[in-house]
Order: sequence, then structure tokens, then C-alpha cells
Amino acid sequence: MRAADTSAQRRPGWAAWLLLTPLLVWLLAFVVAPAAILVAYSFAERDELGRVGFGFSLENYGRIADATYVAVFARSVGYAAITTAICAVLGYPVAWCLARASENWRHRLLLLVMIPFWTSFLIRTYAWITILKSEGLLNGLLLWLHAIATPLELLYTPTAVIVGLVYAYLPFMILPIYGSAEKLDPALIEAAHDLGCGPWRTFAQIVVPLTLPGFYAGVLMVFVPAIGMFAITDLMGGARVPMIGNVIQDQFVGQARDKPFGAALAVVFMLLFVAVYWLLQRRAAEREPA
Amino acid sequence: MSAPSPAVELRHVSKRFGAVAAVEGVSLAVRAGEFLTLLGPSGCGKTTLLRMIAGFEIPDAGAVLLGGADVTALPPHRRDVNQVFQSYALFPHLNVRENIAFGLRMQRRAAKEIAARVGEMVALVALEGCEERKPHQLSGGQRQRVALARALAPRPAVLLLDEPLSALDARLRQTMQLELKRLQRQVGTTFVFVTHDQEEALTISDRIALVNRGRIEQIGTTQEIYHKPATAFAAEFIGQANVMEAEWVGNEPGFARLRVAGIELRVAAEAWPAGVTRARVSIRPEKIHLGKTRPLGGSGFEVRVDEEIFKGATDRFGLVTASGARLIAMVANESALREAIHAGDRVWCAVHADDIVVLRESGNERGQPA
Repeated sequence: MRAADTSAQRRPGWAAWLLLTPLLVWLLAFVVAPAAILVAYSFAERDELGRVGFGFSLENYGRIADATYVAVFARSVGYAAITTAICAVLGYPVAWCLARASENWRHRLLLLVMIPFWTSFLIRTYAWITILKSEGLLNGLLLWLHAIATPLELLYTPTAVIVGLVYAYLPFMILPIYGSAEKLDPALIEAAHDLGCGPWRTFAQIVVPLTLPGFYAGVLMVFVPAIGMFAITDLMGGARVPMIGNVIQDQFVGQARDKPFGAALAVVFMLLFVAVYWLLQRRAAEREPA
Repeated sequence: MSAPSPAVELRHVSKRFGAVAAVEGVSLAVRAGEFLTLLGPSGCGKTTLLRMIAGFEIPDAGAVLLGGADVTALPPHRRDVNQVFQSYALFPHLNVRENIAFGLRMQRRAAKEIAARVGEMVALVALEGCEERKPHQLSGGQRQRVALARALAPRPAVLLLDEPLSALDARLRQTMQLELKRLQRQVGTTFVFVTHDQEEALTISDRIALVNRGRIEQIGTTQEIYHKPATAFAAEFIGQANVMEAEWVGNEPGFARLRVAGIELRVAAEAWPAGVTRARVSIRPEKIHLGKTRPLGGSGFEVRVDEEIFKGATDRFGLVTASGARLIAMVANESALREAIHAGDRVWCAVHADDIVVLRESGNERGQPA
């Protein structure tokens, strides 16, 4: 009986494969197939009319090395990194307070974090435009307070893009850290206080190290989509600061109309994700006890 | 010359959690260097008392003093007390050495001094060779020792221990009780220990404060608590006791005569509160001496043996008096030759006047404790 159990664990039988089939079909249809199509496109060529001719050409990848695109990649990574950093600084204390709040308050506060998701993402972004534009709410308030004499140039600047990105992705930083922090044994915090550790040092020495898995998950959930974001850069950056997402979008549905090149960009971009993910996982694994 | 300040003093502290009064007007003084146990059933408020000393709970009323200084408003990290937590609360991301060094690092001691002190603590709790291990790589007993070493390393004035042995198995628990007592003598630190286990409390404490329903029922040395329980709760919570209603029937030189379960017994005159006609008394089962013949002096009474339970070192007898009251008696099995007493026998009981303890009613009794 025992022996049968262990052998079943080693080599899945037909029943196990049968149970796995729906998952495998799902993965095949929605993960493997699209990725394969993308890779196939990335090696294809485009004729003058924009039609795609399949083949094996590395030309698309070669074009990525062009300074323009390298700069776009670098800018995307930079913006995403700044966004992630700001989200971490803002999100950590919020997540910690959420985790430490009493049961009643915790549910209400979590609701506040989630409420924005009930509205369309585009509408929320337009709301920011209303706030930041020259004759917008923020400038109106500052003028009314006589804090400024002329309206500030806020919208269509890199700052506006960062504001939009931070706003969009902050919950994705807060929630995983909260998940980790909530599981933290309160006795550990008490033990730290008891041993002479003040609130700030406790946060730095106990809370942060013990919630790193949640933090890494948050970094992943903010950094990765922030790199590829195009709607916010379009709407709030006024297309003046294109990111990699904008360039790819342009190849597929925009004026550039170069699907193979867009596919190559997307593949490189995907590999970048995988690299970031792999690095974070490895760090998390090093930290996490076996 | 004034007496030295107690290591810990609670002055009329009270604490409510919502509608529940966890602690009600407790005053307590812990002497420097003693091993004091807060003993009581779960939910009696003993842990709340400990947490008030540590600073994790702020009393609603009253004051907490450490070494004579009022610390009621001080947060835990500014109090010179350390705690051993029930769950140990070892920092999972730090190894044994770093856990023990934590409190010293917070005091910003020199690296050399920290290393020396950590080495000293590791030796004290016999964990040599485990310094680099993480808590999850240790056994329950080893974690317990790390928790102890971590709390003692910064040389606190008072060490608080919140049921630290409750997670260990029975054998290890007994070993650790003795080890803890030895350790306390060795380091000389004041220990305030919380437990619900009366045997454990008797084994390791110098003094016991018996806590019930948010108040201190009795405080005294282990002997005092056992031999002179103040209330029915004290008598029944620690060891076993025959607690019975007694009626005063008269005085005679040096003694008060009582009627207990239809039997006339005598207690020392000063043991009976003047002017009281009814009170409860407690007799420990081992203080009831059984014999086949009427004892000398005429103070004995006859009972029927209802049941007999062999417990190895002792025999436990269930007795029924002439009036139908039930008693238990415990007899040491000193010799196999002792005259055998069996269920159904009629035997004589003798109780020494000093072994009948007159109880006062608990201050806050709301029905009998279970």
C-alpha cells in the first residue's frame, strides 16, 4: 500500500494526466500558443505594403539594438523602477498599518484600497487629467490659495506619467505586502519591543525582513506591468515620453504597422520579465527557510 | 534603613477588555531575586498581569513600579524587563547567535562585549554548537533555551515567563522546570512566571500568587499556599482537598469545637475567627489518618470505605461518614505489610487539629469555582 503510494507519486498514472488535462489545454491555448505565435512573427519579414511574410530572419532583433529603441527600453525600465520605488515607500507603511489595524477597521480600510478597481481604469486616468491639467482642480486650488501666480505645467510631463503609474499600481504593492504582514506573528513584534527595539527599528529589523516575500511579489506586480504600460503614458504623458509599451502598440495597431518588429520587441520584453521574475524568485528562495 | 524597593510592584491595577474585567484592583509586590509564580486557571487574568509588567497592556487604573520607579506610562522597549513568550517568538530570519544578541544590539553595546555575552549565554543554556542554526532547525526544548538566553542576555532586572513550558512534552517539561529553577538561582534575576499548572508552580516557585477571576486569591510561599490555603478556591486548585461546611458548637481551653458533616472536630482556638458561627474548612486527603482501631485521645470518627484506588506510591480511599458525607483520604504505600484496608471496611479516621484549615470566603466569589 505504502509502496504503491510512493510509486504513484514518482510517476503520474493515466488518471493523474486525465485530471491535469483541463489545465494543460488551458495553458496550451492561452499561454503557449500566443507566445509561439509571437515568436513566429518576430522572425518574420514585412513587405512594403505591411504584409507579413513568414520565414527566419533576425533582422527584427537587430533593429532593436538601434539607439532609439535602447533608449526607449532604458526609459521604460527607469520609469517602472521609479514607480516601483515610490509604490514601495508609500505602500509598505499602509500595508503594515492595515495588518496591525483591528479586525473591524482592517476590513473597512481594505475596502478603501479596493474601491478604485470598481471604476474603469480609463475613467480613473481621465480623472487625473482633470486634476492635473492647466485649468484643473489642483492648479485651481493653488491659485485660489495664492500659492502660485500662474498655472503650473503638470500634465504631459514625466512627473504626470509617474503620478499616473504610481496611482494605478499602488494597490498591487500594498496587497501582497499586507498578505505577508498579516501572517506575521504579533508576538515577534512584542518580543522586539520587549528587547528594547523601538517602533522604527522594529519595522526595519523585524517587519521588513519578514515580509520580503510579499514585497518581492509586490515589486513583480508593479514593475512588470509598469514597464509595458501604454495607456497612461499616452493620456498623461501626451505621447511625449514613449515607453516600450507605446512602441509595441504602435507596431501592431498604430501608424508604424510593423508586426514582426513589434513581435520581436515583445519577445525581448518578455525575456526581460522572465529575468526579473527569476531574480526575485531566487532572492526570495534564499531568504525563505526550506 | 528602609527596606529595598520590590523588584516589581503593582498598585491597585485594573484592566477591562470591553465588558470583561480581566484584572480588578490587584496589588502585588515581587521581591528582588525571588521566583514568583502567578498561578491560576485560564482566563483568570494572570497573563494580563504579566503583560502589564512588560508594558504590553496599560492598566486602566493603578500603577506599575519597577525597582521603585513608576513605569506605568513607559512603553515596553524602555522597561528593564524581558519576557520569554509562550510561543518563544524567536526571530525566524535570525540564527541562534543573532537572536540572543538582539537585545544587546538594541542597547548599542560594543561588538566585542556582545560576542562575549552571547558566548556566556550559549554556555549557560547549553547550546554550544547550535549558534549558526535558525530557529526552525531547533527542537522545541532548544527553542525554549534560546528564548531564555535571548531574554536574559541584556541582564534585565526582571524576567517574565509566560507559560514557557506549556508547549513541551511532559518529560522534557519536568527537566526544564528543574533547570529553570537552577538557572534562576545561578543568575539571581527576579523571575515572574505564569502557569496554570499547580504542580509546576509548587516545583519551581519561591512564592505563589494564586489568581482567580482577576484578583489575587492568596499569596505566599509554596508551603503556606499548600498547607494553609486561604479560600476554598485555593484549597481545591492546588492539590486535592476535602472542603466542607463547618458549624461552631462551642469553645474549650485552647480549641474551638466544630461540627463538620455530622462529626465533631477540634481546631486551634486562634484558627477560628471570633464571632463566626459558620465557615468552610479544608482537610488535605493525606492528613486523614486511617486505622482499624479507635485512635487514642478520642478525637477520631468512624467511616465506611466506599472505594479504594491503588495509585502506586499512594492509595486513595473514598470514605462515607455516618451522615453520608463523602471524604477522600490518601495513604502512602510505605510498606506492603501495612494492614490492608479495602472497600466495604469500617475504619477509624483521625485528623490533627492543626490540619483542619478554616477558610475565608473569596472576596469576589460568584458561585463555586469548578
